[in-house]
Amino acid sequence: MLDWLISLWSDPNTRWILMGCTLLGLGSGVIGSFTFLRRESLLGDTLAHAALPGVCIAFMLHEVKSASLFLIGALVAGIAAVFCVSAITRWTKIKSDAAMGIVLTFFFGVGTVMLTHIQHSGSGSQSGLDKYLFGQAAAMVTSDVYILMGVSVLLVVAAMLLFKEFKLISFDPGFARGIGLPVGLLEHAMLILTTVAVAAGIQAVGVVLVAALLITPAAAARYWTDRLPVMLAYAGLFGALSGASGAAISTLGEGIPTGPVTVLAATLLFVLSLLLAPGRGLLSKALRHRNLKADYARSAERSALNAAEGGSQK
Amino acid sequence: MKKESTAVAPLTVSGITVAYQRKAVVEDVSFTLPEGKLVALIGPNGAGKSTLLKAVLGLVPSISGSVAIYGDTYKKMRSRVGYVPQRESVDWDFPTDALDVVMMGRYGHLGWIKRPGRKEKDLAMGTLDKVGMADFARRQISQLSGGQQQRVFLARALVQEADLYFMDEPFAGVDAATEKAIIALLGELKRAGKTVLVVHHDLSTVEEYFDHVLLLNKKLIAAGPVETTFTPELLHETYGGKLAIVSSNGREALVKQ
Repeated sequence: MLDWLISLWSDPNTRWILMGCTLLGLGSGVIGSFTFLRRESLLGDTLAHAALPGVCIAFMLHEVKSASLFLIGALVAGIAAVFCVSAITRWTKIKSDAAMGIVLTFFFGVGTVMLTHIQHSGSGSQSGLDKYLFGQAAAMVTSDVYILMGVSVLLVVAAMLLFKEFKLISFDPGFARGIGLPVGLLEHAMLILTTVAVAAGIQAVGVVLVAALLITPAAAARYWTDRLPVMLAYAGLFGALSGASGAAISTLGEGIPTGPVTVLAATLLFVLSLLLAPGRGLLSKALRHRNLKADYARSAERSALNAAEGGSQK
Repeated sequence: MKKESTAVAPLTVSGITVAYQRKAVVEDVSFTLPEGKLVALIGPNGAGKSTLLKAVLGLVPSISGSVAIYGDTYKKMRSRVGYVPQRESVDWDFPTDALDVVMMGRYGHLGWIKRPGRKEKDLAMGTLDKVGMADFARRQISQLSGGQQQRVFLARALVQEADLYFMDEPFAGVDAATEKAIIALLGELKRAGKTVLVVHHDLSTVEEYFDHVLLLNKKLIAAGPVETTFTPELLHETYGGKLAIVSSNGREALVKQ
């Protein structure tokens, strides 16, 4: 096992992929914490599923496999999807959750049709687009990894520079507006960062599952702390571990998709957090409850004894 | 009467109308607030009190009318205004403590990128102390009672060091300790020459707590000092018969029906 881990590190190719996915997990965990607290987790999934047609169109226009091109396609599609959701909620009576469901599934359906068409065409097999469904970190080349690393640095730096602004608009946007913060602008910035995280992540984790990298590490992190900066750190850590696991396992064999492994790792961390976190974890709560009951029973017993003694002494 | 010809009124509202889907919720409201007074905005449920407040602050669009704060727009006079909204507007499970929430009131003064430092922390602790919450500074906001949360909101508004304060039902559903703390604070603000407009729901305390009163029921029924404006006739007009004045031993009491 140790040999295997060492071999991952010593092979320059896998080393880069490992670093890229780890950093991706880190950045996604950080920006995902804010979307989690704002209760906009479904948005990440909408952006991801909507990216598929964007990536397909990018390929169809240029007939060449290029991660940066696909990234742009994913970004544009994501922004288009958000526009559609806004339009639906503004001009109809449909609320945002259903609007997102409609847009997400529609875009994904269109994307799947496009994907099937591409794969049946001549250049289809070289497109590597099928890897975009569930992710294939092993298929990444160095330039792809550079994109991942660049995006992650962007996410972490932005979160650090705009930390107090993001915190306030997540907690109380009305008050933020009142003291003069450009809330609309900041919300758009947050949206763009989320879209970038998703667009970069789909090559490693895939369209179908990348939302998990935004949500699950943040949800797990919430169990460990009540302080936002610490929560971001934990979310980043859990995301990084998940990304690393996904990348590592995907090198074990040809054709193991990275996405599902990453999600399994992230979910395992979540379940462990849910059970074992001190304070908010289920085990901790059960123990506290049991101790409380025992204490109460003891003190009730004591006062009953005292009362009995007092009565017998009269 | 003091001569105030050169002083600019803290708030002048002219012809404000707010409508939701073609129905006017606030209709053609105009008034001027005198400086340094505690003003109650009262009226029956659905009269548009909160909406009027939000329209003044630009949180809700108005279809006509204008607002002047110290003679200028709200955008320019933001630093002189403090706002205590209703408690339900926030997710109280957010990972933050009371002190942190109060320090958020200084973000407008800090500007971009700068982190809150010693000065902000001291200011925030000071206002928490003023509302009697100094011991709860590091307490998670989810662990605070309703009244305590209200006091944290109050401290957050105070830390902005404003001259004009808007409060939306600060006394709603709070415990006695909080009510006392808020009264004490209002008194202190008045002594410091600040102006406070409070959306208030409890008619029985208007005369005791406030100097001025605005009677609203979609339209502004009356505005003026409590002595001349808080009268049974005007109250009947505002509440439209939903009010009974019960007389007992020569003392009158107001009973909402």
